[in-house]
Amino acid sequence: MITTNNGLDLTKVKPYGDTMNDGMMQFSFTLPVPCCDESKEAAKQLLIKMGIDEPQVVDAKDLGVGYTMFTMYGKCSHTIDYTTIEVPKVDSDVMDIHGVEDFIEANFKRDIVIVGACSGTDAHTVGIDAIMNMKGFDGHYGLERYKGIKAYNLGAQVPNEELVANAIELNADAIIISQIVTQKDVHIANMTELIELLESEGIRDKMIVCAGGPRISYELAKELGYDAGFGSGSFAEHVASFIVQELVNRGM
Amino acid sequence: MTSKLNLDFSVVEKARNSARVIAEDTQTFIERHTTVTVERTIVRLLGVDGIDDIERPLPNVVVDNIKKGGGLAEGAAFWMGNAMVATGKTAQEIALAISAGEIDLTKLPVQDESKIKAVIEEEAEKMVALISGNRAQRDDYLSTIGEGPKPYLYVIVATGNIYEDVLQAQAAARQGADIIAVIRTTAQSLLDYVPFGATTEGFGGTYATQENFRIMRTALDEVGSEVGRYIRLCNYCSGLCMPEIAAMGAIERLDVMLNDALYGILFRDINMQRTLVDQYFSRVINGFAGIIINTGEDNYLTTSDAIEEAHTVLASQLINEQFALLAGLPEEQMGLGHAFEMNPETEDGFLLELSQAQMAREIFPNAPLKYMPPTKFKTGDIFKGHVQDTLFNAVSIMTGQGLQLLGMLTEAIHTPLLQDRALSIENAKYVFKNLRHLGDEIEFKSGGIIQSRAQGVLKEAADMLEEIENTGIMATIEQGKFAGVTRKMDGGKGLDGVTQKGDRYFNPFIPMMLGGAK
Ligand code: B12
Repeated sequence: MITTNNGLDLTKVKPYGDTMNDGMMQFSFTLPVPCCDESKEAAKQLLIKMGIDEPQVVDAKDLGVGYTMFTMYGKCSHTIDYTTIEVPKVDSDVMDIHGVEDFIEANFKRDIVIVGACSGTDAHTVGIDAIMNMKGFDGHYGLERYKGIKAYNLGAQVPNEELVANAIELNADAIIISQIVTQKDVHIANMTELIELLESEGIRDKMIVCAGGPRISYELAKELGYDAGFGSGSFAEHVASFIVQELVNRGM
Repeated sequence: MTSKLNLDFSVVEKARNSARVIAEDTQTFIERHTTVTVERTIVRLLGVDGIDDIERPLPNVVVDNIKKGGGLAEGAAFWMGNAMVATGKTAQEIALAISAGEIDLTKLPVQDESKIKAVIEEEAEKMVALISGNRAQRDDYLSTIGEGPKPYLYVIVATGNIYEDVLQAQAAARQGADIIAVIRTTAQSLLDYVPFGATTEGFGGTYATQENFRIMRTALDEVGSEVGRYIRLCNYCSGLCMPEIAAMGAIERLDVMLNDALYGILFRDINMQRTLVDQYFSRVINGFAGIIINTGEDNYLTTSDAIEEAHTVLASQLINEQFALLAGLPEEQMGLGHAFEMNPETEDGFLLELSQAQMAREIFPNAPLKYMPPTKFKTGDIFKGHVQDTLFNAVSIMTGQGLQLLGMLTEAIHTPLLQDRALSIENAKYVFKNLRHLGDEIEFKSGGIIQSRAQGVLKEAADMLEEIENTGIMATIEQGKFAGVTRKMDGGKGLDGVTQKGDRYFNPFIPMMLGGAK
């Protein structure tokens, strides 16, 4: 690797275009005003307010209703201290399927019961199927394939009441839900309702509860009272590793 | 037509015959049954509209009253006609009286059957004339202001607020769109009633209501005259209220309707008996109203693999074609669905997509095929997404697709923003213009990748149809042969709304709309 002292200072990181610290960024957005000199000026002023130096409108077009789409470049004046960044994350180890199976055998005398669903009004089953179904996703087997795990996939559009009733009936160690539709924050309401329901049943502490989906972050899930959240690119082993280790940590 | 793919049309013929047997088999079941939404549709077509003081739609009030009285088997036309003869009131007045508890339909003395039929037929004719008028008006617009060339540029609006949708739709039309589809709000398909009035609150889409249809229709007629192209309006007549929405669409001059029982069964878990019966009446209405239907085969490829399961799409299109013909819907109105959904990592994936699109074109030469863009393999990489859509557009123009549902670079993120749609339209216009006659100029290598692929898919589809011909469509769905989804004959939503027709049952609209053919 070529190591030149290229001026990178991790306490003051800036966007990179083609020269260290040039701050170069690209933008595209629409302003609800017609395409004219005044709106281009408005777009530039907006970028200046955002801390962008030398904003340039490289393209502006009318979208047919007196609104204008801009493509712009400019140089960011802000910097970030990369050395102080902390992101909350699942801190358990990720094991592969065999690792999880061995871990279960070493630590439990029973099968781990995981109940999953795409809950609320959400009908997108592909994500939860990717995690739970035998064949899994992208070469990663799903929970149904794991020795020592009993996985129940309740499918799509499962109301929270039904999900909780099933979890109680099956004596679940963990509930995992998938939330794909996030428009108008429907997932927030639905995810909150599940936690409230578990609390009112007095069983929130008796189960690990996780959520997943492309717009679900660990941080968001924690904020809403979940034990963990899993975003795009997650596989069964991620959630399985977390659940089995968390059960041991909590002595469950 | 000479086949660029060197398809064996005797295999096509055989597959089509199997599909015909499958559809006809199901049709005997369909014709013995009716459903609550079929009856509510009849009530609507008799002129009943609106809600009562507790916001129940009047068509539901009427049919609930009949159902409670144990009269569903006779049908709404019988009971409404009976009440009209007995009381001299209009259908709307009767509905209001039921809501007020003043009339109980099945308790009224039964009148002379010929009088009942006469009064109903008179009412029905009025509605049929109105719908014919809408059809004539569309034709008039098409011949005066004209339309864009095929493939029609088809975009969706989905803000949840009908007024915001209007703005987005008019913008899209000015940018070059030919068809505006108003996506329905999450889970409307599971409502066993159609909401009423203009709506401004929806999730991932906007409620399909008759008032919303009217608002959008007016806006599109306005912008259509301005841009010199008739702008088609599309909505969804699927779910538990399939035929009611078809009726509303026919009344408000919609032009395109998603309309597919198989989609509802597989992707919304609607009971198969219910929705197959509903589909028949809705297709009769759509056929008569000159509405292009869209079928949902493209969705199969979101839950199963586009390469391995391509034949299920073709098999389903052939079945859908036969169901449509039985409902009097001509080929020119069959927007059979398929999609560009292969994993972009596939070597020669473009060739396979090209092959399948050309195959659909050759097997359904007169149908305005609905071609769906890449969705499943879209990611947050919007730049790559735009390139995926470009390849999709290239296949479409090279194979003469009918309705081009434009891909969005932000497909994996949100329902389209104003600017996303503008970029998509620009992409399609650019590709279509530059490649307009490419398809006419090229032939495919004999025995090459493209020809072999299509021949293989066709054969698999024909084999699958032969199997279904033996087991029947319902059993095939029970076995999970489509989209990898299993549904049970008695499972899913809406079964309790299905009933066998009684001796006195009649639906005046079927003979009128099928032109007396049935
Ligand atoms: C396929 C699809 C459909 C299919 C679904 C078929 C089915 N049975 O699932 C159909 C056509 C039915 C459909 C319908 C609708 N859809 Co849709 N759909 C998609 C699409 C194209 C792909 C989704 C997908 O399958 N991804 C592949 C899977 C494997 O990825 P994933 O879900 O992200 O899952 C991974 C991770 O997130 C994670 N994960 C997910 N869940 C969980 C759970 C746990 C516990 C864990 C650990 C991990 C985990 O692991 C998975 C594997 O890595 C997306 C667009 C896109 N490209 O994302 C739109 C999309 C999700 N749909 C959307 C919308 C709006 C709808 C509708 C509401 C439209 C409408 N108005 O009718 C309806 C929804 C109806 C409803 N009630 O939900 C929007 C959502 C916008 C938003 N952010 O809210 C999207 C983004 C499209 C768009 N741009 O508008 N859709």
